[in-house]
Amino acid sequence: MREFKGRVVTPGTTSAEAVVTTQGFNTLASMQMALQFGDKQTKCGDQNNPELNGKPLCGKALCLPQTIGSTTGGLVLYCACAMKRQPACMLFSEHIDSLAAAGAVLASVWCEDINMPVIDCLGEEFINYVKDGMTVTVKEDGVVVVD
Amino acid sequence: MYLNEEQQAILNGSQGETMAKVMKTLVMFGDAFGAEKMVPVTSKHNHLVTSFGLKVMAPVYDLMQQLLDAGVKSGQTFSVDPRPIDKNVPANFLQNLVFNKLMYTKQDFYEGQLKKLGLLSDDAFTCACYLDQVGNKPEKGDILSWAESSAVVYANSVLGARCNRNSGIMDIMGSIVGYVPYFGLLTDEGRKATWIVKIETTKKPEAQLLGSAIGMKVMEDVPYVIGLDKWIGSELDDSACTYLKDFGAATASNGAVGLYHIDNLTPEAKELGKALIAEGAKEYVITDAELERVKANYPVIWKDPDATPKLCFMGCPHMSLQQLKDWTDKVEAALKAAGNKTVLIPTVFTAPPKVLEEFNKTDYAARLKATGVITSYICPLMYMNNPLCKKMPVITSSNKLRTYTSARYYTDDEILAAITKGGK
Repeated sequence: MREFKGRVVTPGTTSAEAVVTTQGFNTLASMQMALQFGDKQTKCGDQNNPELNGKPLCGKALCLPQTIGSTTGGLVLYCACAMKRQPACMLFSEHIDSLAAAGAVLASVWCEDINMPVIDCLGEEFINYVKDGMTVTVKEDGVVVVD
Repeated sequence: MYLNEEQQAILNGSQGETMAKVMKTLVMFGDAFGAEKMVPVTSKHNHLVTSFGLKVMAPVYDLMQQLLDAGVKSGQTFSVDPRPIDKNVPANFLQNLVFNKLMYTKQDFYEGQLKKLGLLSDDAFTCACYLDQVGNKPEKGDILSWAESSAVVYANSVLGARCNRNSGIMDIMGSIVGYVPYFGLLTDEGRKATWIVKIETTKKPEAQLLGSAIGMKVMEDVPYVIGLDKWIGSELDDSACTYLKDFGAATASNGAVGLYHIDNLTPEAKELGKALIAEGAKEYVITDAELERVKANYPVIWKDPDATPKLCFMGCPHMSLQQLKDWTDKVEAALKAAGNKTVLIPTVFTAPPKVLEEFNKTDYAARLKATGVITSYICPLMYMNNPLCKKMPVITSSNKLRTYTSARYYTDDEILAAITKGGK
């Protein structure tokens, strides 16, 4: 078990199973098809991301360095939250990028009853340590416990 | 974050609850990046990324309706990304059914919302809003609240405007309150390059392949590219701008680049030169072999990798007027050389409605039509954004389209050969 301390972008607590990508997470490529065609598990559809392609994202602790790609990324994330098909939390090893931040903030301000804690700046050690299937617990102060 | 009296009042509800939420959104967004203040949006027009009335995007339209119901309007008129469907583009019965009855059922409703919020004109639908014919070209130094990754990177890099990589919805929020949080690519420090990219190829690098390689390497950092002026010149003429349009779109979609500097070419690189390079910048050398390596690593996700292509899309981002003319010449000449009259693969060239309007006034339009190539204002990405197209062998020279769909990437020369001589 290890603890990592990050920065709280949007607050909340949760515990979920980790899905991990060590490359940039392309939100549009990953989520668009799943959201459009009713995939309740929000399986990742990004052909360029072999670590995540085909894996469910909904309800998982999504561990990533940053998001990349189209500027629809933030609104796709917002839609996932509004439709209750979002990850349980998003845990960034690096500083959050502008698209993911937009999605998280939009969900926080405009969606009711949303709980998707977003923590960034968890460090390279975090993304190297956490592996698919590990249990991740997010505390209110930005502490992330990986078990 | 410091807010002036007006901004604080809006946040406190002086202009109603909805405006307060819009301001709260921008403040929280800025806080995530340590923004110390808000700055006025100074461009004449905005550009929004969300152009599609996808049934599943209901939360977006609900939010837009909240804004309209509260009497909120964009302080700027705006262009918006391309429409998703066009009856001129080949589609079978099933595809038409999916497009019209399942996917884009909210298109008319959403376009109605856009008009009420401040759409520039009925044909202001393009990702290349900065092209002369479209009329949304910001000035150097303008502060923007744009979204659309390819437009943002072009505005920052080629035009010298200042814009962060805003997300859809966040784009219009800046226009509504007239301010955006001051951080990242709006600041001098944020515009410094943390990567030096040296071009050491033996021939002009393919724009979309070079952009892809750089995007995947530097991710969201700012690259300073040395040696590209040898191939595309030191003046921002039509040819160089077209190259940078396609190059930038690939950097932004294959990575997350919002700004690049091209030594001896782009405005800030011309003014400040290597002073734009931050201390400790990393280095990436581009050779012929490196570009080959990048191209060879693209996954091929066609069910049958040897399938004969059924459709070719060119124009993601949308083509310029000169590109349409150049490709007309190229397709005609290649068809003649191959002894063919029309293209062997259904081929669609996409461009802004205003550019197509101009193109159709020239004799090139009839010549291109005679080759069998179809022109359209469509967004190829939105066309392919469904399971039916996933099974379709589509080819393209757009690295953005390759990234988001099952379309397979080929260089411009390879595409030309495929559509005029046949082959895969």
